[in-house]
Amino acid sequence: MSNEASMHADTSISVPVEVHHHEEHVHHHHHESFITKYVFSQDHKMIAKQFVITGMVWGVLGGLMSVIFRLQLGYPDTSFPFLQDLLGKWWFENGHLTAQAYYALVTTHGTVLVFFVLTAGLSGTFANLLIPLQVGARDMASPFLNMLSYWFFFLASVIMLSSIFVSTGPFSGGWTAYPPLSALHDASPGSQHGMDLWLIAMAVFVVSSLLGGLNYIVTILNMRTKGMSMTRLPLTIWALFFTAVLGVLSFPVLLSGFILLIFDRNFGTSFYLSDIYVATTNTALPNEGGNAILFQHLFWFLGHPEVYIILLPALGMVSEIISTNARKPIFGYMAMVASLFAIAILSFLVWAHHMFVSGLNPFLGSIFVLLTLLIAVPSAIKVFNWLTTLWRGNIRFTPAMLFAIGFVSLFISGGLTGIWLGNSALDIHLHDTYFVIAHFHIVMGVASMFGMFAGIYHWFPKMFGRYLNNTLGYIHFWITIIGAYLIFWPMHYEGLAGMPRRYYDYSTWVSFNQFGDLNRFISTVAMIVFAVQLLFICNFFYSVFKGRKVTTQNPWGSNTLEWTTPIRPGHGNWVGEIPEVHRWPYDYGKDGREFIPQNVPVGSDESVH
Amino acid sequence: MSMFFTIAVIVLVFLIIFQIAKASEYVSVIKGEEKSRKEQNKVNGFLMIAFLIAGLIGVYLCNKALYPETLLAHDSASVQGEKVDQMLWLTIAITGTVFFITQIVLFWFNFKYQESDKRKSYYFTHNNKLELLWTAVPAIAMTALVVFGLKNWYSFTGPAPENAMQIEITGKQFGWIFRYPGADQTFGKKYYKLIDDASSNSLGQDWTDSKNFDDVVTQATMYCVVNKPVNLRIFSRDVIHDVGLSEFRLKQDAVPGTPTSLWFTPKYTTKEMKDKLSNPDFDYEISCDQMCGNGHYSMKGIIKVVSQEEFDVWMAQQKPNYYAAFPDKDPSNQKSPMTADSTKTTASAATKDSVKSKM
Repeated sequence: MSNEASMHADTSISVPVEVHHHEEHVHHHHHESFITKYVFSQDHKMIAKQFVITGMVWGVLGGLMSVIFRLQLGYPDTSFPFLQDLLGKWWFENGHLTAQAYYALVTTHGTVLVFFVLTAGLSGTFANLLIPLQVGARDMASPFLNMLSYWFFFLASVIMLSSIFVSTGPFSGGWTAYPPLSALHDASPGSQHGMDLWLIAMAVFVVSSLLGGLNYIVTILNMRTKGMSMTRLPLTIWALFFTAVLGVLSFPVLLSGFILLIFDRNFGTSFYLSDIYVATTNTALPNEGGNAILFQHLFWFLGHPEVYIILLPALGMVSEIISTNARKPIFGYMAMVASLFAIAILSFLVWAHHMFVSGLNPFLGSIFVLLTLLIAVPSAIKVFNWLTTLWRGNIRFTPAMLFAIGFVSLFISGGLTGIWLGNSALDIHLHDTYFVIAHFHIVMGVASMFGMFAGIYHWFPKMFGRYLNNTLGYIHFWITIIGAYLIFWPMHYEGLAGMPRRYYDYSTWVSFNQFGDLNRFISTVAMIVFAVQLLFICNFFYSVFKGRKVTTQNPWGSNTLEWTTPIRPGHGNWVGEIPEVHRWPYDYGKDGREFIPQNVPVGSDESVH
Repeated sequence: MSMFFTIAVIVLVFLIIFQIAKASEYVSVIKGEEKSRKEQNKVNGFLMIAFLIAGLIGVYLCNKALYPETLLAHDSASVQGEKVDQMLWLTIAITGTVFFITQIVLFWFNFKYQESDKRKSYYFTHNNKLELLWTAVPAIAMTALVVFGLKNWYSFTGPAPENAMQIEITGKQFGWIFRYPGADQTFGKKYYKLIDDASSNSLGQDWTDSKNFDDVVTQATMYCVVNKPVNLRIFSRDVIHDVGLSEFRLKQDAVPGTPTSLWFTPKYTTKEMKDKLSNPDFDYEISCDQMCGNGHYSMKGIIKVVSQEEFDVWMAQQKPNYYAAFPDKDPSNQKSPMTADSTKTTASAATKDSVKSKM
């Protein structure tokens, strides 16, 4: 399948691809103004940069929020007058975080990290960067929709950010936004205008996600270069493909749930509301016959695939990075694709495992136990295949490789606790305790973040033509992985003590107040880990402008097509024709050759994989 | 002031790390990038195995320090919770084994197969027997967990035993209300539009239903009898709450408009638990485990598990909520039968009217 037809008119220069490219190739392209090049760019690489930088801004904000509420959990008796001076009275009173601010922070932290950082920042960045480069296309199927996708995300960001500044505060009912709490203006100050803005921001975000997702699917299916059959796709592309399919199928369901919620909030409908008496206003609401659990079904029908929307790109990138740096083919390519497929299918069939104790029919719950625990099988296949890929490799510990290895470790740790929570007979005990927090932060939060870091370290040379500082990369990795385990490992024990999540203060509880020292320890480590992430951000922006320049076209000795482009590719990616693909992307260490890129024809004496 | 010093120190440390990192990059360029890359590789290879060993020691120390603080350290206070604990141990055994094997292999391989000039990587693309092995083994383990899990799940989500004590628990922002059916063992009707906190009708009991007359309503503390099954009928007045019973290893959401239920058999009285844990402050606490607003963290209820005799004594002291709503109906307030009679008719007529108008 060729995409010659879609070739950008201005890049159809038939100069053969040179071995050493220099930056002047950028100047071959049509004249771009600052606005069209950096702001309303339709170049997928620039859009990827916009996504990663916006994602990082949100990452810092979301991380900062967690540091502030960890201060409350770790140091409930300490007063922080300087934070009160900084943030004002709504947030801090007598130097202490207020309960409303605590819940606002917890909610915004969750929403922002899940959607803006790990969905837009992770899959938005790498789908945009890698899909055209690795399938061999000049750009996305629709560069214009691609640009809109970013700007809808940007708009969602602005609206979400503005919700923090309304007088009643941002939404504070948890990122899952369960009604009636999220539907009743009088149930909580955060459920007033903050919630309206939250819903609008999320609706706009869904639009962004759909525009991006459709584009990714079309590009992967229709715009592969000559010879790039589906079974020659790098695993990153397979993962991004399934991610996009999940997003396109599940985000509309979330949107419908949100629209019904908007109606219940503002137009007097009763989709989710029934039998409610609001004590603050002493009124019994007229709504009858609605069902609050309906929202949970609609929410988790997205919510669970969403976990995999976050995780799959990381799975794909980690496979690619481990294979490249172990200098060895990924073990069981077809099994890796099949397990991605199985995970994608199963992710749609397990949503109600978030609702075992919602009053769900126990029989229905038992079906979801079976389907949920099934996910352990493809996950186990992936882990064992990575381990076998490392076996008898020749491993180079680039910072990207370290984060990929860290990802595998975290994926194991967090995945195994999923087997606990997926079993309803244990969930009835552990549901909504710190055990859940530990589980999903390790497997979805930190692991996916590690996937994102691995991707940034690995493809930074492609994005900016420079390297990130290695030493800072090593410091970043080791402190982050040690810190992540120090923060989240002990939380399992808090969960096993039944300690509920989303509590502002535990001091009045006989059952849960024994962890004061531990909470202090966790908060301290969290602050250190956050500081190290700032170090990474400094490294990122410093290296964009001042980093060591990339001097070879293929710095990691990688097989995939993005490394056949010039060091700083212009819009259109390849000068001259798009390379033809002759082999799968994992010919590392074959026939005594260290690596054989995909565009190298198969020799007559070579065994075909 | 100390704050500014702290910030200054942090910024300084940042700058130093940054400068060292920059310098090390220059050094590596001077030394030759290939050579310094190999040196760094050795350092990281060593750190891999060091991290593994330190991590395993950390797991041991963490367990030693925190295990006594968890509920695993003492048995479940309910008969049903014993099954949860059994399930927990089975799951710990299976996932724990996998955890240690895979983490050790992961970091050991990284250490052992770090880049070396002497080794060529082994071109090994797939092996169907291996794939089959690690598809089948997890599938079998998961089947075992599903079978045992569901067996336990059905054992405590089925209908409550016939002899179970019936108690109604209603969540509201931010507290718990309990109702006992009284002598007739039947709960009277209630309707949320009749809720009126000012007139002692926090549940919306319908006073036209005579079954309500003996229903006892209490706040914050619930009493139940040791070794006697309790069936909780769970309601919510406003938003979703959750009846979290960590000592009994159970929980169930309270959903407005959709009644739910949960039953369990307490094994130890509160007093026995105090002795058992040698903690005089101990109480069975009901924690709200579903985010319900800004007071979520303070939504506490207490369960007092007592002997049947103690329960009977306590129950005898409770007045039906009907008398709180209509103090003049209370026999202890009655001066003469004449006045009581006249008020009775007016009161019930008034209630009927109000019910009609509100419906």
